[in-house]
Amino acid sequence: MKRTISLKVNGVERRAEVEARTTLLDLVREQFGLTGAKLGCDIQVCGACTLLIDGKPVSACSFLAVDADGCEILTVEGLSTKDRLHPLQEAFMEFGALQCGYCTSGFLLSAKALLGECPQPSEQQIRQYLAGNFCRCGCYQEIVQAIKNVASGVRSQE
Amino acid sequence: MELAEIGKTFRRLDYQTKVTGKAHYLADMSVPGMCHGKILRSPYPHARITRIDASKALKLPGVMAVLTRDDILHNQGIEPYYGPVFKDQTIVAVEKVRHVGDPVAAVAALTIDAAEEALRGIEVEYEELPTVLDVKQALRPGSTLVHDSVKLPASGFADLAEIKPVEGTNVCTHFKLDRGDIEKGFAEADQIFDDTFTLPATQHCFLETHACIASFEPGGRITVWATTQNPFVVRTQLANIFKVPVAKVRVIVPYLGGGYGGKVYPKIEPITVALAQKAGRPVRVVLSREEVFYTITKHAAVIRMKTGVTKDGTLVARECEIHLDTGAYAEIGPRVAKKSGYTAAGPYRIPNLKIDSYSVYTNKPPAGAFRGFGVSQSAWAVESQMDIIAAALKMDPLELRKKNGYDEGDKFVTDETLRAVGLKECLDEVAKSIGWDSNKFKGSNVQGSRGDNIRRGKGLACMIKATITPSVSCAIVKLNEDASLSIYAGTVEMGQGSETVLAQIAGKELAIPLAKIQVLGVDTDVVPYDLTTSSSRSTFHMGKAVQLAAQDILRQLKRIVAQEYNVPEEKISFADGKIRLPETALDYAEVMFKRFGMQGGTLVGEGQVKTATKDEFGEKSTSAFWFLAAGAAEVEVDTDTGKFKLIKYAAAVDVGKALNPLGCRQQLNGAAITGIGQALFEEIAYDNGQLINPNLVDYVLPSLGDMPAVIDPICVEVPDRNGPFGAKGIGESALIPVAPAIANAIYDAVGVRIKDLPIKAEKIYFELEQKL
Repeated sequence: MKRTISLKVNGVERRAEVEARTTLLDLVREQFGLTGAKLGCDIQVCGACTLLIDGKPVSACSFLAVDADGCEILTVEGLSTKDRLHPLQEAFMEFGALQCGYCTSGFLLSAKALLGECPQPSEQQIRQYLAGNFCRCGCYQEIVQAIKNVASGVRSQE
Repeated sequence: MELAEIGKTFRRLDYQTKVTGKAHYLADMSVPGMCHGKILRSPYPHARITRIDASKALKLPGVMAVLTRDDILHNQGIEPYYGPVFKDQTIVAVEKVRHVGDPVAAVAALTIDAAEEALRGIEVEYEELPTVLDVKQALRPGSTLVHDSVKLPASGFADLAEIKPVEGTNVCTHFKLDRGDIEKGFAEADQIFDDTFTLPATQHCFLETHACIASFEPGGRITVWATTQNPFVVRTQLANIFKVPVAKVRVIVPYLGGGYGGKVYPKIEPITVALAQKAGRPVRVVLSREEVFYTITKHAAVIRMKTGVTKDGTLVARECEIHLDTGAYAEIGPRVAKKSGYTAAGPYRIPNLKIDSYSVYTNKPPAGAFRGFGVSQSAWAVESQMDIIAAALKMDPLELRKKNGYDEGDKFVTDETLRAVGLKECLDEVAKSIGWDSNKFKGSNVQGSRGDNIRRGKGLACMIKATITPSVSCAIVKLNEDASLSIYAGTVEMGQGSETVLAQIAGKELAIPLAKIQVLGVDTDVVPYDLTTSSSRSTFHMGKAVQLAAQDILRQLKRIVAQEYNVPEEKISFADGKIRLPETALDYAEVMFKRFGMQGGTLVGEGQVKTATKDEFGEKSTSAFWFLAAGAAEVEVDTDTGKFKLIKYAAAVDVGKALNPLGCRQQLNGAAITGIGQALFEEIAYDNGQLINPNLVDYVLPSLGDMPAVIDPICVEVPDRNGPFGAKGIGESALIPVAPAIANAIYDAVGVRIKDLPIKAEKIYFELEQKL
């Protein structure tokens, strides 16, 4: 049975018809064409599908779209504006915090959520907060450096 | 605009599209008319298929095609057997299934749900057969055969031509290496060490699972979008299977979400093309995480190593038997066995050798290439035993390695001369990085300690590895009318930063800024031939091909200027992106305009690199260049529980020349982290042939929480004479020393020798218990 939900995606009001079992990941990828979030493990451990719901990170592969009714969703596509990248995106590029890029959208959004909760995290806090995102290419050290750089405030914030 | 440079970090060309979520990977793509494919897989490790009935599945709504053995056996257009070395694989199982997850049938349907539903509608009856589930069992005389016979291809890889399966056994291949006089060698030894080491199967776990979109047009045109590291090999294999010329097969490769060796050679491309052919529509197959574990693994190994040493620490003889569990299909296992065998002596001069390296069929998912390719297996044994020897001789493990380690001009086990050998520099660098104290080995072996139950220890390891040889890379560079550059290269960007490095090389040769260079995506219809993006070969081979292609452009420009401006060629030179004549300087666009009489036209430069079984000196060559690397670990072990913490890891790699230094450090860090995962916890677990952890909860990947406080990536630069600007390949090197370096550090801390990977706390705990 289809249900109609309405939600805000990257600042834009959207309505969608979904099955009760449709995941949020399928909704954003297939109906909204936002393919930055990836399916990695399908059991909410790898973090590749991370999206922010009302600022909090969730694994969209295991989050039902109907439960996002009325919520505000941020995907990686909404992180930058047309002419300006988010400081985290800039720092990820500068510090080499990605290789294949498959995990990157998840890391960026988790990092954004971390900085939202704790603008100046310690290295230990960064490591703990992001322990639920896997980077199989092994850019962990560079990712930590990039986040520390943004947290240090050397880049102008959004 | 900033000119391209060498030895300077440039922001990678693939970054902006990747950080904005706009990079399209295969599972993000669709093509018009596309339907969805799903694969029915064997629940048994070994069984005869007595009946398949797809009629119910075919009647379900939305089902476009069901593919079973009947479609490939009774089809003039399909050669059912394929494989990169031996033709022991089929698109779907023909007579029997040989591992859990072996493809039995496949469905194409209008929706994923309909395809899944249809899988449940296919009736298959099996007759279970006895199984061989490990190497020991497989080699027992009279044991069940995984393959009754194996078909050989008409022609194959030059370096594997002499390798064949041993008929009537489960031995897939046997690689032998004999050198010197083994009996005499052991007779000269003062002490003989005999140890057996094991490593489990692991999985690549690229976050992007294998995926494929295929279309089969009437007339035999095949188009495939594939997650492959070697599109040209996939093209050849598809051409053979579907009996068309390679020109009819087009393989397009988008950015890969990681490869690490798990995306070389055909994987799901043959089954997707066969489905598309039968469905008469394009089909997309995206594997689930579980299916990836059934598709390819890294070889588990049992390695027995017997080494004779004289009192002063000179290695004089080694006998080594390596058994690699290659699973149900040969895949590229024969070459893995060969490379393991070649490196069983490690990076050391050992005059007397008897090495036997086997790949062995079992009823498990196939094992193939994995970053480190056979050497991460052999090095686990070689480098662990080095420290066993050092401890017995009361020698500094660093000194023991340097005493026996290869120097410039030494002969490799194949009797070829080693050139550009930065082994000892790497060893010194990692030792320095972790504060190695050679003095402590001279007195009593005092372990560093912190508190009563916490012991600190340090360990190191090193390695030598070869790259695939012979091989071929071709490149085309086009100078456009506005003096921008297009690079046509078959190297697959899978995260290693190849696009950027290739652009740097061409840009440096022609003094063109990176902003004016485009590296094209990989499409076999467009880019010239490249053997493979693997074996850490792309910077060296494709980089060189691109460099030659750029130099070809310079030659053409010179010729054109000489003709058009009536200047002798020897008076023309290049500097800063300009063509200098005695009186004046021209830019490329001006010369193009002069040549073509309008703002138009193209200059096409070509570069070809081929390596052969002989080098330019006429000497035998099994590797176009050599990888040398070392790693060092510092650990803390809790003697009460066996729990340990990796405090620091240093990885030094002889990169030849660091073309893009940050890119090099990324490769070193990344390979080290993959090595840490394999050292500490990665292991595919089986129960009677069933995989019990084919998911990312039960199969544990290293996360930020597991990382040491510091990983120190160190680039050592001993330039190779044939690499572009002296560069060598570096993708795999840093992974290989990790596990033995950590095991050696644990021994240093608590005197416990772990010989079976992964190194788990409970293994240390039980050993400590026994020592009490």
